[in-house]
Amino acid sequence: MNVSARIFRIGTGAGFSADRLDPAVDLVKRGSLNAIVFECLGERTVAFAHRDRMANPRLGYNTHLRRRMQALLPICRAAGTVLITNMGAANPRAAAEHTIEIARDLGLQGLKVACVEGDDVSGLVPPDAPFMDEPGILSRVGMPVVGMNAYLGADAIIPALEQKADVVIGGRFSDPSMFVAPLAHHFGWKLTDTGRVGASTLIGHLLECGMQVTGGYFADPGVKDVPDLARCGYPIAEVAADGSAVITKLGGTGGCVTPATVREQLLYEVHDPSRYLTPDVTADFSRVTIAPDGNDRVKVANAGGAARPDMLKVTVGFDAGFQGEAGVSYAGPAAQERGQIAAEVVRERLAKVHGLSSDLRIDLIGVSSLFATAGLRAAGAQDVRLHVAMRARSREAVETMLWEVESLLCCGPAGGGGFRGTIVPSVVTKSLLIARERVTPTLEIMVA
Amino acid sequence: MSAMLRNSPRIVRDIAHARAGDKGNTSNVNVWVYDATQYDLLRRSLTVERIKGAFPRLIRGAVERYEIPHLQGLNFVLHDALEGGVNSSLNLDSHGKSWSYLILGLELDE
Repeated sequence: MNVSARIFRIGTGAGFSADRLDPAVDLVKRGSLNAIVFECLGERTVAFAHRDRMANPRLGYNTHLRRRMQALLPICRAAGTVLITNMGAANPRAAAEHTIEIARDLGLQGLKVACVEGDDVSGLVPPDAPFMDEPGILSRVGMPVVGMNAYLGADAIIPALEQKADVVIGGRFSDPSMFVAPLAHHFGWKLTDTGRVGASTLIGHLLECGMQVTGGYFADPGVKDVPDLARCGYPIAEVAADGSAVITKLGGTGGCVTPATVREQLLYEVHDPSRYLTPDVTADFSRVTIAPDGNDRVKVANAGGAARPDMLKVTVGFDAGFQGEAGVSYAGPAAQERGQIAAEVVRERLAKVHGLSSDLRIDLIGVSSLFATAGLRAAGAQDVRLHVAMRARSREAVETMLWEVESLLCCGPAGGGGFRGTIVPSVVTKSLLIARERVTPTLEIMVA
Repeated sequence: MSAMLRNSPRIVRDIAHARAGDKGNTSNVNVWVYDATQYDLLRRSLTVERIKGAFPRLIRGAVERYEIPHLQGLNFVLHDALEGGVNSSLNLDSHGKSWSYLILGLELDE
């Protein structure tokens, strides 16, 4: 066996639901990958998916699935690259069936699409289940549940790989598990081998957010400059049989892979670095080594692991009614002061004229919006935008807010313009734990 | 700007870079120095008390700090610091991504 055959090449084609497509196509065409992962689900997007499925039971999967699959299925098949994704979101079955239709339209006869379900644990969680990190129990929230998804691990994905699936589609796969599964399957690692599973969880963790390890989400002029950011490439891990890996990207792409880009991602969304919990392992990233290995190549090693948790995390989505956002802009002298009057007018009228006591937040973009509650205050801004956000059970209440903001065009302070307003259904999420034995992943292989 | 001014770091961004992530209503911010010799300055400047004290209205829960000395980094866990979290907060930045630059904007110790 030569050296290259002992290296497993795995890449990322999406690090979140709306990630770019063209660099994924480039990566599959030129990357000689064994597997590519499309990680497209977060606490925000799973909530949106449930919202979509509530509106139409045939939807609830990633809204870019069709275009991604049309572009990728033919080239993945040509390159022999397995595609693993959680684009099924709140509806993996509909996503898999749609993928089969696309494969048939493209003439990809015999393409095997694995549909993994079982993450939907509605009805399996006891009503007195307490929430993680906040007070309260499931049955006392006072909002209807729209969906409950347990995080599935590599053990839910490996059976699909054993059946030689070309595409594996699930819903709430844990992000790193989509990398752990093909690595364990290829190298023959047992999922009880906590060292190797910890090592592959590190690789998955570094790659799961796509370009966040190759120079995306990194540039800060003068201190962290990134070349050719508009053409940033997705990451590749060249994984060795001992679980160490080189993180790199295709030549000719923008971005950069350096020890600094790797360490920023190392603890992204991590709390205790020695105890990162996934369905597969309690991973230990506290002793990870990060070393340069040539241009745009960084070697990572020394991740560890201990036994996997007995409980699985569940994201529960609740129907919270509607969320509206509306704004009007002010420019020139005293723009900030005029925006401030507009804010006070809206606040007074919603409370005193309409009697609305819903969740309401009013910011002045350009003065204090993202940092408003941190207590920072700019002064003398000459280009500001009133931004009003509101959540309410009734759509009419949110419509009233939009109407009030729009009314500022004639009834507010001088010089306001550029009203825009939007209303979307609101799903709020909370997390709880479920005993692993109650969750049963299922697999169906569909053939185009 | 004189060479002397350039050489005397004033805020955390002058010596370190950072990224924020969210899980529920908890934010974490990892902070790494560019130059290993600045790690002690970072550790002295960004204590738990300092972070908590700088944002009393925004951080409603506890602050934890983890040290990663061999990579010259600190990881802060800010509990109850996202106004409810990504699907509940009405902040335009409901993920709290701007937490990284709130911390990079803090002044360094002498």
